[in-house]
Amino acid sequence: MAEEMSRKPYVRPMTSEWITRHPRYLRYMAREFSCLFIMGYTLLLVYGLKSLADGPAAYGAFLAALRSPLSIAFHLLALAFAAYHSITWFNLAPKAMPFQRGEEFVPESIVSGAHFAVWGILSLGMLFLAGAF
Amino acid sequence: MAKSNKPIVWGPFAAGGTVTAFVTPALILITLLAALGATPELLRYEHLLAFLRHGLAKAAAVALVFVSLWSAAHRLRITCYDLGVRADGMVATVVYAVALVGTLASAVFLLRL
Repeated sequence: MAEEMSRKPYVRPMTSEWITRHPRYLRYMAREFSCLFIMGYTLLLVYGLKSLADGPAAYGAFLAALRSPLSIAFHLLALAFAAYHSITWFNLAPKAMPFQRGEEFVPESIVSGAHFAVWGILSLGMLFLAGAF
Repeated sequence: MAKSNKPIVWGPFAAGGTVTAFVTPALILITLLAALGATPELLRYEHLLAFLRHGLAKAAAVALVFVSLWSAAHRLRITCYDLGVRADGMVATVVYAVALVGTLASAVFLLRL
């Protein structure tokens, strides 16, 4: 009988309990959760573009809404998570793209260090061009 | 060789991970300054409008929105799987749809400027 023959595949139960089993897993999750803040912040920027397209009054209201305590709290959290994403990403860069020179691989610290240096210069340049200082 | 759509999904994820690592913290700092009342010059209505009316700035903005949303969406999908959500097809559809709709919306708003 076909019904008796049908497979009933075993699905291993999976929960999120493992996260708290080791600090390393918590750090991994903190890194992965940065995506929620990057997504939320990008959607906020898209909303800002909408208000800009709607004219000066709408854009003024957007800037005013940015000044709410909730928005400030979100910005601080998003900044912390975004910076954590950057740090983990640049630390992984030499593993993702090992850089060979002659026989030897360039030391990982130099590849990550170059990323951190570019990050710093780029960030300062963006803040300067935006007129932040 | 087996066909796979993995490179198409993963390419923008890697690009977005790199781009957001380099520029997102500085962007957040710029709007944080505005949130604290010290609005940088660029965020003043006339300045931002003039800046984003350039074709290159529009293209860069759409590209930034796309890779940021896509890489966050991909990471969220993997995170859902890690947390024990096994409905991967549905999760993938929702998160990539958010990324594509957000990108499309940004393009529409930029073209209205």
